Amino acid sequence: MSVTPADDEIVPLREDAAVAAPTASTWQRNENFVLGLVSVIAFLLFWEFSAASGWANPLFTSSPSRIWTAGYEMFRDGSIYSDLAVSAQEFVLGYGLAVIVGVPLGILMGWYSRLNAVLDPFVNALYATPRIALMPLIIIWFGIDLSAKIAIIFLSTVFPILVNTMTGVRTMERDFVKVARSFGASDAQLFRTVALPSSVPNLLTGLRLGLGHALIGIVVGEMYGASAGIGFMMQTAGATFQTDKVMVGILIIAAAGMGLTQVLRMIERKFDVWRPDHHV
Amino acid sequence: MDNSRQVKLEARDVRLAFYNERMKRQLTVLAGIDLTVREGELVAIVGPSGCGKSTFLNAVDGLVKTTRGEIRVDGRIVTAPGPDRAMVFQQDSLFPWRTVLRNVMYGLELQKRLPQEAMKKRAADLVELVGLSGFAQHYPHELSGGMRQRVNIARALATDPQLLLLDEPFAALDAQTREFMQSELLKILARAGKTALFITHQIDEAIFLSHRVVVFSARPARIKEIVEVDLPVDRTLDVKLQPRFRVLQDHIWRLIQEESAGPAMAG
Repeated sequence: MSVTPADDEIVPLREDAAVAAPTASTWQRNENFVLGLVSVIAFLLFWEFSAASGWANPLFTSSPSRIWTAGYEMFRDGSIYSDLAVSAQEFVLGYGLAVIVGVPLGILMGWYSRLNAVLDPFVNALYATPRIALMPLIIIWFGIDLSAKIAIIFLSTVFPILVNTMTGVRTMERDFVKVARSFGASDAQLFRTVALPSSVPNLLTGLRLGLGHALIGIVVGEMYGASAGIGFMMQTAGATFQTDKVMVGILIIAAAGMGLTQVLRMIERKFDVWRPDHHV
Repeated sequence: MDNSRQVKLEARDVRLAFYNERMKRQLTVLAGIDLTVREGELVAIVGPSGCGKSTFLNAVDGLVKTTRGEIRVDGRIVTAPGPDRAMVFQQDSLFPWRTVLRNVMYGLELQKRLPQEAMKKRAADLVELVGLSGFAQHYPHELSGGMRQRVNIARALATDPQLLLLDEPFAALDAQTREFMQSELLKILARAGKTALFITHQIDEAIFLSHRVVVFSARPARIKEIVEVDLPVDRTLDVKLQPRFRVLQDHIWRLIQEESAGPAMAG
């Protein structure tokens, strides 16, 4: 004898019972984008008009049309490509190395508290120090060639990646640990099925933060001592009052930052289909 | 309950104490619990909040160690979690990065007893058993609270445990959904043919879902009384309107009241 329900039918739920997302009109969906676009256009018009009317001195402020002309010229005669290639190479090597070192080390430090205790003082001290302060040392050790740039970009980038990954592994929900243990999970299984997946959002945040630091590393590294690169180009142009060219450099760095962040966002979205806030 | 049935769970003089770092003193949570649950039985534990009922359930699951006494499931002493038991947690314990199907597969994956295809098949069957056929590929955040709790039950049933442990399974649900899920749980348990021990702080839920209601005293917990639920075994929600149901409810309420009021008045 067991407690049996009088009616044995388990009500199957229908798919449309799921929480439905409210649909928005075209305007509601695009409102923010349109507002942003309008404000940017207004700003550019104001800038151009100020320079053209003589109200602002274009030697200092440049203007959208001058920047466009300078940029067009630099791409047409090909002078920019070597700088772009140098900076891109520095970025790929420095950032890549930081990911290769930072992610696994962050995971290990998050998982093994002893390793964390050993390395934590160094990580903390270096993370707190503005990495730019290390530039003179890096020049002494590496000179001013590619390896110095890779070193500064690596040092700028590796800590945000490492620290965020570590935090992700360490802050897994206690409830999930309990579930895993209840199903008899070994330490290795707990690591694979709970610690790793819960660290993904933090890890991706670390990668995104690291990106900003890497771009700073490129510019600073090249301004400090270099013979090519976007930062070097901007430095030379600035020293010779070529405001238009400096602006082109800024735009390239800004575009690179935004573009790469966008790429990371896409990766993030792919990993995070399960996060409610990514479905809005 | 007929005594010829096989004993599923046997707790003998279970005591549990731990040292509380913050309060700098020994804290006794369980002060000798004796309980026998037979195969096919549904037993509810109620008691004043903080009395140690969750701790007892965790001890049966093997998540915490007892200080003295022993807990046996099918005659084997419990020292750690094992495949003969499974716990239904509260709704927030579903892995948000796993789909419904993969959440249900979780225990099977860890135990590696079945090949991948067989695991999928078994998980899909359980998703269907709990009435969520169309939702296998959904993520937990896309489901309502009641649906998430169905997934939780399916996840526990997937490993085919001998004893199902439920830790306040419907606590986070609104009143209507809870009532609905109570009768759904009865159907699911009847179909799966499981023995279950569960904790609740809802007295009506305890009576509705069980053959016996175990009332714990305030901490340190002893068993204050075991109340036989002498209601018809074919239960629909109407049973809650019967005079006998009310009488039981009143009786258990008084027992808990005595425990909750006692120490507060004395102290």
